Amino acid sequence: MSARGIFTRPARLSAIAPYLWMVAFFLVPFGFVLKISLSQTAIAQPPYTPAFDLTQGFGAFKAALAALSLDNFRLLVSDNLYILSYLRSLVVAAVSTSILLIIGYPIAYGMARLPRRWQGIAMMLVIVPFWTSFLIRIYAWINILQHDGLLNKVLLALHLVAAPVVWLSTDSAMYLGIVYSYLPFMILPLYAMLAKMEPALLEAASDLGASPRRAFWLVTFPLSLPGVGAGVLLCFIPIVGEFVIPDLLAGSNSLMIGQTLWLEFFTNKDWPVASAAAVVLLVLLVAPLVFYDRLQRRQLEGNG
Amino acid sequence: MARPVNRLSPFNAVSLALGLAFLYLPIVILVIYSFNASRLVTVWGGWSLRWYSEFFHDRAMLEAALMSFRVAAVSATIATLLGTLAAVALSRGERFGGRTLFSGMLYAPLVMPEVITGLSLLLLFVALNAERGFWTVTIAHTTLTMCFVAVVVQSRLGSLDRSLEEAAMDLGCDPVRAFVAVTLPLIVPAIAAGWMLAFTLSLDDLVIASFTTGPGSATLPIRIYSEVRLGVKPEINAICTLVIALIAVVIVIASLVSKLTSARGESAAPL
Repeated sequence: MSARGIFTRPARLSAIAPYLWMVAFFLVPFGFVLKISLSQTAIAQPPYTPAFDLTQGFGAFKAALAALSLDNFRLLVSDNLYILSYLRSLVVAAVSTSILLIIGYPIAYGMARLPRRWQGIAMMLVIVPFWTSFLIRIYAWINILQHDGLLNKVLLALHLVAAPVVWLSTDSAMYLGIVYSYLPFMILPLYAMLAKMEPALLEAASDLGASPRRAFWLVTFPLSLPGVGAGVLLCFIPIVGEFVIPDLLAGSNSLMIGQTLWLEFFTNKDWPVASAAAVVLLVLLVAPLVFYDRLQRRQLEGNG
Repeated sequence: MARPVNRLSPFNAVSLALGLAFLYLPIVILVIYSFNASRLVTVWGGWSLRWYSEFFHDRAMLEAALMSFRVAAVSATIATLLGTLAAVALSRGERFGGRTLFSGMLYAPLVMPEVITGLSLLLLFVALNAERGFWTVTIAHTTLTMCFVAVVVQSRLGSLDRSLEEAAMDLGCDPVRAFVAVTLPLIVPAIAAGWMLAFTLSLDDLVIASFTTGPGSATLPIRIYSEVRLGVKPEINAICTLVIALIAVVIVIASLVSKLTSARGESAAPL
């Protein structure tokens, strides 16, 4: 038996504790979301009638199964509020991911072209904001964007505008906040791909007569596509469910699904409807999640 | 001779500089205004530490900060332990039953919208009739952050030369001993970086904590959030600056640790 073979057994055993933890606190809770999304709303604490109670035996189980209802899901498709907020979430995520790609690519490209010893520093500089609180970074923007904030002052001083512009509670502020918060998630996978590229490929392209622009589109960009995919998914998926940024920066007349879920849960105390909204959100994200999981696994385990 | 095609063009330099300015300017402005003497956040009234002393007299805020620290320290420690075990299993365990499910469960929370993770954990805690507070938030944060630790440690394990472990075993070490004597010292920087990442993620989290905490045990982000909704307050600038300073210290320690301990190989990136 090879040394490698002996090693795998204790390594497998080390999976037990994290495996159990994730089953208990990640997988099982989804079961509860599913269950409660099928229960009736009740004015009680907790505010739903339990869909099953295993202590009551099999008869009760059958009765409970009969009582399960799709009412919450029917409500979701019949009420414009929910459909609109799902659509808005998808649109906001798609638009911001595109902006992120357009802004992030040149930055990652610039990083990959720095002299080697500066690349580490540049990477550090991009990672540091990721370590700083989301909330703090959004709050920093509220400081700048408010009515008598720095942005309006600068614009007034430069005579670009005649009166202060309303920035807060607008979609532009929300897009700005999202792009600002997710930029490191876009830059890092792009940079990882671009930094790995063989310079000889570009030299070859230029020797064969390609202009730098043509060489970029024929060589660099296609080779960076896995990084583009990772960056896009890493931004798109969480933005769809984003709550803090739209809540603090966007207006309240149209909500994203994360906000609707939060509102149903905390303000309306309608747990079954909030759970149903979470189930639908999860279903929307299954395809990108599976794709992301594949990509992540290939990256981490492919060269192991 | 080939032209130097791989050089930093002016376009590259400008986009890089603008990008970094975009990332840092708002934070710099926030920090500067935290030292503003004026109550109006937008009028500069001279330098002052007034808002810092205000914070240190704000009991509710201080309690929230203490709660956040305890949650972050405990959850980061458990998450580092579990995340490291998970990383070892994934990168050294070859195939085992349920491996796909296991890695799926570990990678999904990295991108899963926090509202879903928070809601599902809350429903679990309610079903178990658990009293919500310190422990429920800690468990929730451990669940999220162990996945980040697993990814950081796993990418380090993937880049190690496995012939070192094999050599140790050829020389008579059993696998566990080979791991402890050879592999573990090499991945300590990644484990330390993982702990610090878990700590800061827990310190930052608003959404999951809002779902899983109970009345009377708010974390710092929950308190900050409820204040921010009411508008900009200079005291919040001061608190944010303190948090940023703390995180900066953590990052400096993380990079020093990884420099000191991985002097022989390429250093592990904090993420």
